[in-house]
Amino acid sequence: MADRPSGTVAAAASSGPGTISGNRGLMLEEPLIFEQGMAGRTAVDVPEVPKHQDRLGGLKRQNPIGLPGLSEPQVVRHYTRLSQKNYAIDMGVYPLGSCTMKHNPRLNEKAVRMPGLADLHPMQPVSTVQGALELIDTLAHWLKVLTGMPAVALSPAAGAHGELCGILAIRAAQVAKGDARKRILVPESAHGTNPATAAAAGYEVDPVPADARGRVDVAAFKAKLGPDVAGTMITNPNTCGLFENDIQELAAAIHSVGGYFYCDGANFNAIVGRVRPGDLGVDAMHINLHKTFSTPHGGGGPGAGPVVFSDALAPYAPVPYVVHGKGGFDLVEHDETGKAFGRLKGFHGQMGMFVRALAYMMSHGADGLRHVSGDAVLNANYLLAGLKDELTPAFEGTCMHEALFNDSFLDGTGVTTLDFAKAMIDEGYHPMTMYFPLVVHGALLMEPTETESRDALDRYIESVKGLAKRAKAGDKAYFEGCPYHTPRRRLDETLAARSPHLRWKPEEAKKAAE
Amino acid sequence: MRYLPLTDEDRRAMLAKIGVPSVESLYRDVPAGALLKDPVDLPRHAGELEVERAIGAMAAKNLGTGSVPSFLGAGAYRHHVPASVDHLIQRGEFLTSYTPYQPEVTQGTLQYLFEFQTQVALLTGMDVANASMYDGATATVEAVMMANRVTRRKKAVISGSLHPHYRQVIETYGEHTGFAVDAAPYDPEAREDILKKIDKDTSCVVIQNPSFFGHLIDFAALSEAAHAVGALVIAVCTEAISYGLVRAPGNTGCDVAVAEGQSIGNSLGFGGPYVGLFACKEKFLRQMPGRLAGQTVDVDGKRGWVLTLSTREQHIRREKATSNICTNSGLCALAFTIHLTLLGEAGLQRLAELNHATASNLADRLAKIPGVKLLNETFFNEFTLALPKPAIPVVEAMARRRVLGGVPVARLVAGKPELENLLLVAATETVTEADMAALETALKESLAEVK
Repeated sequence: MADRPSGTVAAAASSGPGTISGNRGLMLEEPLIFEQGMAGRTAVDVPEVPKHQDRLGGLKRQNPIGLPGLSEPQVVRHYTRLSQKNYAIDMGVYPLGSCTMKHNPRLNEKAVRMPGLADLHPMQPVSTVQGALELIDTLAHWLKVLTGMPAVALSPAAGAHGELCGILAIRAAQVAKGDARKRILVPESAHGTNPATAAAAGYEVDPVPADARGRVDVAAFKAKLGPDVAGTMITNPNTCGLFENDIQELAAAIHSVGGYFYCDGANFNAIVGRVRPGDLGVDAMHINLHKTFSTPHGGGGPGAGPVVFSDALAPYAPVPYVVHGKGGFDLVEHDETGKAFGRLKGFHGQMGMFVRALAYMMSHGADGLRHVSGDAVLNANYLLAGLKDELTPAFEGTCMHEALFNDSFLDGTGVTTLDFAKAMIDEGYHPMTMYFPLVVHGALLMEPTETESRDALDRYIESVKGLAKRAKAGDKAYFEGCPYHTPRRRLDETLAARSPHLRWKPEEAKKAAE
Repeated sequence: MRYLPLTDEDRRAMLAKIGVPSVESLYRDVPAGALLKDPVDLPRHAGELEVERAIGAMAAKNLGTGSVPSFLGAGAYRHHVPASVDHLIQRGEFLTSYTPYQPEVTQGTLQYLFEFQTQVALLTGMDVANASMYDGATATVEAVMMANRVTRRKKAVISGSLHPHYRQVIETYGEHTGFAVDAAPYDPEAREDILKKIDKDTSCVVIQNPSFFGHLIDFAALSEAAHAVGALVIAVCTEAISYGLVRAPGNTGCDVAVAEGQSIGNSLGFGGPYVGLFACKEKFLRQMPGRLAGQTVDVDGKRGWVLTLSTREQHIRREKATSNICTNSGLCALAFTIHLTLLGEAGLQRLAELNHATASNLADRLAKIPGVKLLNETFFNEFTLALPKPAIPVVEAMARRRVLGGVPVARLVAGKPELENLLLVAATETVTEADMAALETALKESLAEVK
């Protein structure tokens, strides 16, 4: 640690003597593709275009597009260099709370690329895709058994899309009864997608405070109930990493006024194989396949957000869905009951994610999935136990799959949660989630998942404790300068927002040449 | 349990450190009776070989487009994707990274998103583009909702050229979130006059080019009429390769361009995941949905990128956000941008020309079959045939002959007898001379077979 700069934020101190090229060993500078392309060059050899009748009707493009031309080696090098500027779960601990960064098995990648899956067109005759429908049906079966819910809609593209699916089913069910309603109760600790989804579906969002234990305030919840309440959206385990122990009481309360219970299943990974949401009074819940069932996050997607439904809501689920027909599996693409609330997406859903998720489920099995949730919870509590003396836990007692701290351990140090996170980057870790959930001041939310070994957790704990000690020792300037050892240091987000520069423009090349 | 590092000894030692007797005791907040004591009724864990075998068996029951002559389109197209695309997107640093919320350790993702946004803006002729949406259909409905916000109006006019799934998604959102949808009848012969539907309550007109039925559409008059009453024109495209040859929406007066980006870089994969493209004029920037990567500098003055304008987004604005979405389609956007970088201007144009030429020659060939009528005067790489028989059984009969001969319109639009005999046929660069001959034969035989 002796060679670490401290006391100044000076750039020179951090980067050492400059190099001629601007590269720093393995840290390679890489221009934009637009800065290295040549007109006329291509990395794809397209066969000769045969003689044909032009049928463009005079609508042929008249201006050049402006795309750069590169060869294959240039392209491979470009993206390889870019990849090396990313942190990833393949590289190390990625304790980003609420995002569930777990190992992405490569078997799943192999499975999704199999001929007969990767090259299936969504509109082939169903007689030619019986295996694909069987796979979807198998996935649906696993999800239904694991959640204890009788039905599932598979088409939602991600968590927030699943939320919309659930809320629209609630709406459709109430409208069908001639009982359209206005309000949705959403705890203040909820992920931002919950209020955004309820608002998108035209509902008034009524926030419910958290109590001192980090759970939904039951009395406040009940006080808000009324005949105009359509339902509630509750995350369980919640975003504080705690199980809502009054969950059945909340479910009964919402049902007593004719409302429905939407459960945000973002944290299903903490309970999979051990608790079935269907036993808790849930009417609808989305499952982020990219969290609980390990489909890769891919730098921000794609995800998949199937929604499981209770019997009460099942008839209102959107098209399409798979059924068992006379000659095998069939796909219902047009609602004939008049009840389905509609369609949310083109085609049939995120098939590639279904394949990966099923491979993950089959690999673990009913027995292994209990270890997935158990180890995730064990690892989080191990972090909590290892860090509770140096950091300040937000709530007393044990946690579920993520450990939540507030920033009071930094009081008087001048170091912010953000500074602390940036210092973790230099230690070789992706930071935890910061400033979320909003109900905890300066929140630091750590989710190790079942992927981490005890050794990895021990090293992580030592690093975080060391940083906390360093902050308390008054090394504020060090933290303000972090990170020092990354391809780029702290970036000016204010500038980016004040003068949005969202694309490269040809003028920039001319300017650079002058 | 190959993915789980903890041993029983680890677990014992960790529980001792935590000070609890068992993992179960960490679940003490779960109501009594809801905590399962035993595994649920599903198979036990399985090795890599067993799982691969089980999924492989399901895959083997399908007829992949790669194994037979295939002419399927209707919003999803089989193209050749260069080997380097799939190699590069599987680099763990891309595959297993999260949304780039910590820009110092995600410059790779942020730079390719910035490049992606630039490519999408260039292709569509628009000023700005976002970092991708779920797919073409959801990008389209997000565009409609943006137009509703921008114009403070609540009526979307939908052209009969639009993909039926896209229309159904817009109708679903409209019905349940409170905006009106005035949809024209499906327009297989590109004859509609949608101008009469546009009035001062119209927030936007949604039109697809090439149309769902393959026609190329000139927007000029429509754009003028829409703008005259303050409505926006949303141009949808479901075949992104067409941008290489067909006039861009930004050059024909459109305000928003949305597209399904699957054709570039992404496999068919039975319908997803795909990648939605979203681009618009700069003046709508702050009403745009979705993530945006923006250029800035770091404390050392070096150029870098961050996610920006997040005050539009749900994690900051909650119920006041421009959209509820969080996840986008990052990895599919990466595949898109790599494939397009490989193609470059010259490659994309030539690929687009090859698609057009192949389809044009195929259309000539099929139109000669007795009783078969080509409905298109214009098209890019897909056209509509009016068959003398219902298209669904004809396609089934062709599939029995191991030819995937097109998509019946009735598969996507139920209950319209006037569309029953229509068949969409697409031909990309993957189609060979032999494939065309096989289709011709299969179609003739199937028409004879179906009553």
